[in-house]
Amino acid sequence: MRHLNRSANSLAGRLSRHRRRPVAGALLLLLGLVLTGTLYSAFSPASAGSAENNEELVAEGRQLFLVGCSFCHGQNGEGVGTANGNHYGPALVGVGAAAVDFQVGTGRMPMVQPGQQNPTKPESYTQDEIDALAAYVASLAPGPAVPEEGDFSLAGLTEEERTEAVARGGLIFRTNCTACHNFAGKGGAMPRGGYAANLSDTEARYIYEAMLTGPGNMDNFSDGNLSPEEKRDVIAYLYTLRDQPAYGGFTLGGLGPVSEGLFAWVAGIGVMVGFAIWIAAHTTRSTKQKDGTAA
Amino acid sequence: MSDHLPEKGHSLNGHPAEDEHHGLDPLEPDEPIQNPGLPAHVWRPTDVDPASEKRAERQIAAIFGLSSICAVLFVVAYFTLQTGDTHDTVLDLGASTVALGSSLGFALLLIGIGIIQWARKLMGDHEIVEMRHPARSSDDDREATLGILSQGAEESGVFRRPLVLFSLGGAMTFLLAPAVVLFRDLGPTPSQVEDDQDYPGAGLEHTVWDKGVRVVRDVVGTPIRPSDLEIGDLVNAEPETVFALDDEGEPILEGVPLQIAKSKGAVVLTRMDPKDNTPGKGREDWAVDGILCYSKICTHVGCPISLNERKTQHLLCPCHQSTFDLADSAKVIFGPAARPLPQLPLMVDDEGYLVAQSDFKEPVGPSFWERDNNGSTTE
Repeated sequence: MRHLNRSANSLAGRLSRHRRRPVAGALLLLLGLVLTGTLYSAFSPASAGSAENNEELVAEGRQLFLVGCSFCHGQNGEGVGTANGNHYGPALVGVGAAAVDFQVGTGRMPMVQPGQQNPTKPESYTQDEIDALAAYVASLAPGPAVPEEGDFSLAGLTEEERTEAVARGGLIFRTNCTACHNFAGKGGAMPRGGYAANLSDTEARYIYEAMLTGPGNMDNFSDGNLSPEEKRDVIAYLYTLRDQPAYGGFTLGGLGPVSEGLFAWVAGIGVMVGFAIWIAAHTTRSTKQKDGTAA
Repeated sequence: MSDHLPEKGHSLNGHPAEDEHHGLDPLEPDEPIQNPGLPAHVWRPTDVDPASEKRAERQIAAIFGLSSICAVLFVVAYFTLQTGDTHDTVLDLGASTVALGSSLGFALLLIGIGIIQWARKLMGDHEIVEMRHPARSSDDDREATLGILSQGAEESGVFRRPLVLFSLGGAMTFLLAPAVVLFRDLGPTPSQVEDDQDYPGAGLEHTVWDKGVRVVRDVVGTPIRPSDLEIGDLVNAEPETVFALDDEGEPILEGVPLQIAKSKGAVVLTRMDPKDNTPGKGREDWAVDGILCYSKICTHVGCPISLNERKTQHLLCPCHQSTFDLADSAKVIFGPAARPLPQLPLMVDDEGYLVAQSDFKEPVGPSFWERDNNGSTTE
């Protein structure tokens, strides 16, 4: 120990002797710069660390946007209006990367035709292209970013905390979401031919982005409305629903009275009609006569 | 009655008797084709073949036997299959539910099937003719009945002594009074609730909302700043009172008063572009930066509403499709609701949270007998 101390002291002594030399100042400056740079890249968001990279991504996204999106959304994402005050495509300034990732990633965009409901379909862009588009739209104005895996994952919570999160998520879901998405998250009808999406196969990231950006006629559930933890809990609840066995029998799509009523009318009444026909149908007849009676 | 029929000239097999009727009623047409009567009865195999009859008997007995087995299976399934948290499953369905339902269902169904089969195979199936009877009573019967009635009126003298008749009518009418008094006390009237109950917002006219009560998120109970909300946000909210604790950490409201406060105080909070909103007369300062607050209880029959279309600002009731325009004082634009949703006047308190300016200016929820329907503030 003493030996270590002595050698440290002697090192300090040597450094101290050189501290007034001209090269020392330059060295110190270099050291400071390197340290600051390293710390900055370690703690700053990843995108800022690769500013040049991001610029390339934005440029690539702009190219893709001009080809695939600008017809309806305008060449600078400003939206294209119609004569009567509606628009072909809304302005995308400020919708953020999350909206692009959701709309293009679930295949809703590019849209087949304008209408009340924009259905999901196989996506037209690769994830890299979607990232580029998202980077371009995010560069127009600040907006919600694409959530990270950690934002909606229950990893790192104890078993008890997970149970609590799922229970709280269920309460939040039943208060805020069931009016449109139904108690089992199976979606439901909306006015004028629209519908709320079925959530039973939707990826967690897209559920999160939908809450964040409010696609179509859906309300926003921004971070000030439902905190990120509350959103995570809702997603955890929806994932728990998927693992539940259908304890009460066939779910018939989980749509409640619509499919159950259809089943009762078609299958239930159909079977009863079948029995009525059977009761009234002629039985097999014999050509024989009963013994001892004449024809 | 049936013994009248032969007199009218119809034999049992439906042949019209060709006697005096023919001359009396020229409108009754002659039968152009003689009624051939019923065809000869054709026997079933079970009627003529003893072996087939035995087989049908055994078959029906077997069906009833299966039904008994199903009933026993029901009892077995009831006691063996696990329910609750560690329930057994079969094909991802609850084993107990499936087993109980199908065994009881088949037990009943097989009894029915057995009876039908019994009737079809073994019970007599001879064709039988049953003639129709006229619905009108005979003239003798009608006269006798009328005679009894007029004799009764004559002997009791109801028409000669009107005083008795009218006093009887009066007595019957006064009998309504005890009924009214009894039925009235089946439940408290709204004014009795308001006078007798000491929790805040009792009765139909008022809710727990009051000046300075914070608007908090439902379920989590956190207060809301205007800056928390973006345009297009919809918050399902409650008055802070339902989550509030007193000095000893006990909830202020519990039990029935809590449920009443929650059910009547539920609101939806929405933020829209202030340019989109058309405030009603006298409601110009009820919104905070485009944040509007309405009762969540439908004015039709009281369903909670939060099915909102963001683009049109239309709030829909899922029960009967009443639609309210949130950008126009929640006026009804479709459906059976008769009145707009009551609006809660909002302001911001010293700490920057959204609070109510006052209670609702009109009762929330569906109409009721004592409601002053002229009190609505939107016109």
